[in-house]
Amino acid sequence: MVISVASGKGGTGKTTIATSLACSIEGDVALLDCDVEEPNAHLFIHPHIHTVETIRTPVPEVDMSKCTLCGKCSEICRFNAIVVLGETVLPFPELCHSCGGCMLVCPENAITEKGRELGVIERGTRNGLEFIHGKLRIGEAMAPPLIRKVREFTRPGILTIIDAPPGTSCPVIAAMRGADFVLLVTEPTPFGLHDLKLAIGAVNVLGIPCGLVINRSDIGDGRVRAYAEAEGVPILMEIPFDRKIAEAYSRGEMLVEGSGEWPSRFRELYGRIEMIVQESQKKRNAQ
Amino acid sequence: MKELVVISGKGGTGKTTLLAAFAYLAQNKVLCDADVDAADLHLILDPHIRERHDFQSGHTAVIDPDACTGCGFCRDICRYDAISPDFQVDPISCEGCGVCYSLCPEKAIAFPLNTSGEWFISDTRFGPMAHARLGIAEENSGKLVTLIRQQGKALAENKGLDLLLTDGPPGVGCPVIASLGGATAVLIVTEPTVSGAHDMERVAQLAAGFKIPTMVCINKFDLNPEKGTAIESFAAQKNIAVMGRIPFDPAFTKAMVLGKTLFEYNGDSEGAAAVRTIWEAVANRIYDMKNRGRP
Repeated sequence: MVISVASGKGGTGKTTIATSLACSIEGDVALLDCDVEEPNAHLFIHPHIHTVETIRTPVPEVDMSKCTLCGKCSEICRFNAIVVLGETVLPFPELCHSCGGCMLVCPENAITEKGRELGVIERGTRNGLEFIHGKLRIGEAMAPPLIRKVREFTRPGILTIIDAPPGTSCPVIAAMRGADFVLLVTEPTPFGLHDLKLAIGAVNVLGIPCGLVINRSDIGDGRVRAYAEAEGVPILMEIPFDRKIAEAYSRGEMLVEGSGEWPSRFRELYGRIEMIVQESQKKRNAQ
Repeated sequence: MKELVVISGKGGTGKTTLLAAFAYLAQNKVLCDADVDAADLHLILDPHIRERHDFQSGHTAVIDPDACTGCGFCRDICRYDAISPDFQVDPISCEGCGVCYSLCPEKAIAFPLNTSGEWFISDTRFGPMAHARLGIAEENSGKLVTLIRQQGKALAENKGLDLLLTDGPPGVGCPVIASLGGATAVLIVTEPTVSGAHDMERVAQLAAGFKIPTMVCINKFDLNPEKGTAIESFAAQKNIAVMGRIPFDPAFTKAMVLGKTLFEYNGDSEGAAAVRTIWEAVANRIYDMKNRGRP
């Protein structure tokens, strides 16, 4: 099962929920931090990293001894990533989407591909938890290809928790697609509500069942709760504001660290998610 | 004309709340919400929309089943696995590269332009505003960020205003990169947490790559003064100007719930005093840059 933890609005507690959930469930669990622009889960998990891999995306390289300046490469490129300029062909690798079109249409076979570094993927473990995250290279614009690479490490049959980036555009879609369940984390404020509506919209586009965690549930107002009820999105957990939790977070401590009720509450949360996923699979099979 | 872009790296550190408070304090300015992916500034500024435009950007391939012979060439060349075995294009996977459209031997593929959002020119109680709404699950947010900043600048020029206050997106990827080019200065709003520090370092590195003068302020400073002080020391080492500390103050959330800026809700609150001091320091710096004839 793959559970993607997402939010719309940033800073609502995605990482808190994803790390606590991953560390509370017994058995084989993997945590994939797909917020590759600003990955934070490792600051709480403190994994022992055993493998670091640089991830590259193919971009064109032109052999000018073969090039006849015909311009077909720049004609097919939608991203202005390869341009004929006077007596030379200039690739702009940072604009390239790696579609391979220029290489396909070059009549002289003058174009080959080299790699543009997207970032790194680091893999490790902590107490039996499998941990994988991507770190986008600073200056690199495109997060989705790196997110998809992180997700290639999903192993079937293992509970996989994904920490998704904020927002509702392509990086979030890359972190939610194909998940069995999206756990949305929000706060009961106007910003939280507005961005939650967008996030539910994105989840609906993908047709994935979802549920809600309301963090700092006693600040703000009741509009998030009313909206969730009207939309039929189940509220699976509420966490009241507690300065001690905020301070522990600031130091990099997880909610489930130490003794207390949190591990069992997160196991309960997982149980409810399992039930919803089973129900929705039954419904889908019946159709 | 000067542009201050407020960014954070980590989401939810208080960018928009702070920018709305600056909107109350600053003179002769245009507001710009460049967090097009999850725009929230309008919830406080309550804009009266004067102009509404479609945002058209990018294309998606569509296969005409009547013209398609099922040769499979498009599936062979598509690098995004966007075409199913029965020759349907999945619009979410389609990158809009147009390679299939250009090379289909039957010319059976159309490649229409996408309407992927809307952008607006509005009036607010604090001055004109440029803002946008990216469609759900859409791409090209960087292009929309660029467009909305251009519109903000044009608005300022037309109205003879000399400051653009831009609410930037979180992260370090495409929308943030699009929000930085050509800015006069950036202000990073962070928080004294392990995540806040980590993400601030990454986004500061990005701003340094653009050679943009960078400032930082720390929200909810008293949550972890030790961490806050460490962030300030880091900033000093990296030539990032430290603008001040904002205390944890429930007035911020209360103001937001009422759709007000902090000053409209309670100008005497502890948080308001801190924000006023920070704004004065930031404004001084921006005007100082002007006096030196910086871009």
